[in-house]
Amino acid sequence: MGLIVELTHRCPLQCAYCSNPLALVPRSDELDTETLCRVLDEAAALGVLQVHFSGGEPMARTDLAALVAHANRRGIYTNIITSGVLLDRQRMEALLAAGIDHIQLSFQDSEAQRADDFGHYRGAHARKLAAAELIREAGLPLTANFVVHRANLDRLPAMMALGEALGAERMEIAHVQYYGWALANRASLLPSADQLAEATRLVEEARQRLRGRIAIDYVVPDYYAARPKACMGGWGQRFINLSPSGHALPCHAAETIPGMIFPSVREQTLRSIWEEAEAFARFRGTDWMPDPCRSCDRREIDWGGCRCQALALAGDAAATDPVCDRAPDRAGLLAALDDRAPAEDIRPRRYGARLEPA
Amino acid sequence: MSGGEDALPRFRRGVRFRFDEIRQQWTLLAPEKLFLPDETGTEILKLVDGERSAGAIIDDLAARFDAPRDVIATDVLATLDDLAARGALTL
Repeated sequence: MGLIVELTHRCPLQCAYCSNPLALVPRSDELDTETLCRVLDEAAALGVLQVHFSGGEPMARTDLAALVAHANRRGIYTNIITSGVLLDRQRMEALLAAGIDHIQLSFQDSEAQRADDFGHYRGAHARKLAAAELIREAGLPLTANFVVHRANLDRLPAMMALGEALGAERMEIAHVQYYGWALANRASLLPSADQLAEATRLVEEARQRLRGRIAIDYVVPDYYAARPKACMGGWGQRFINLSPSGHALPCHAAETIPGMIFPSVREQTLRSIWEEAEAFARFRGTDWMPDPCRSCDRREIDWGGCRCQALALAGDAAATDPVCDRAPDRAGLLAALDDRAPAEDIRPRRYGARLEPA
Repeated sequence: MSGGEDALPRFRRGVRFRFDEIRQQWTLLAPEKLFLPDETGTEILKLVDGERSAGAIIDDLAARFDAPRDVIATDVLATLDDLAARGALTL
């Protein structure tokens, strides 16, 4: 069981594929250190084995090392998911002293100029390379994460070569998942079927070549799949996602679902939320399922797919994920596959930017 | 990468093999991965210390468990190979 803690929505980068919600939480609404430490205590007692500090940019929080130390004292494996642009030697030392187990470092591209342009941050790529160096010097394992989409897939071989050159233990080649800002920018980001097939072939080739040295996790854009993903390993089954303001969510995009009330860790313990909250029970297991999921032989494999995707593509969070070719309503998905916008239309993720979902 | 009985298995950086008090079970925690090894896997992993070879692990288990050495060897080598491929061990 894992806990994802989105410590903040603040981030120096403005990546258009961000899966944070369009309504970003302001700093004044973020949980304080004391509350977060209590939540970590509750998580350990509940049987959480791993905590993923995420964001936004988790290093925008000055108490990150203190939180890592606290989780570590409770025996929880600690992971930071970061852009790396705020990591310097001093912070690396503090995190090491706190007992950090692993850092996942994300890259926007293999080329500095393009990466900086995409994140709207001059010098970001160079800082990331320096961050990778610091992580290696510290003797920590490194995961290099590359988020891929239509505008950078041409450089997938160069990205994997970069991960190899950085000495990463793991690489994640993650196609953009269409939630939040990424959903708003989908028409500019979604690759073609041919692009996806070529990327999959390249990753497979690299996997064979690097077997036993670098493990590659590959996340596909399931818009082209015949079967949906088991989103979050099933709603309310394996993860709790904590929003910066303290809402406990079964997945990071769950707040897009209308009519649901998500409990806050300011008011309830993690255990009572996990065991009793209606929001976690709503799509847990198979009882909620409509047909064709209800009678499907894969119902306990993909758990009906993704609720937020069902909402985005079929207008109903309780529908079969339209990615599934057995789903009754696939019109929204098929329209999305044909919806193309040029790269110039990409809208960066910013506080205060007013966007309507695509 | 399969080193056979001469391989020297060790945990990769960032991999922790811990007893979880709540589940009363050994867990293998790795970067963004979690393995819950079965009984055989647990006995094998308890012997992974970067000093024992795969062969020495097999000998140890063969001395303690009532099964032919070649059967144990097949199990141990397959388990080690699998965990290496999944990034938890180097061989």
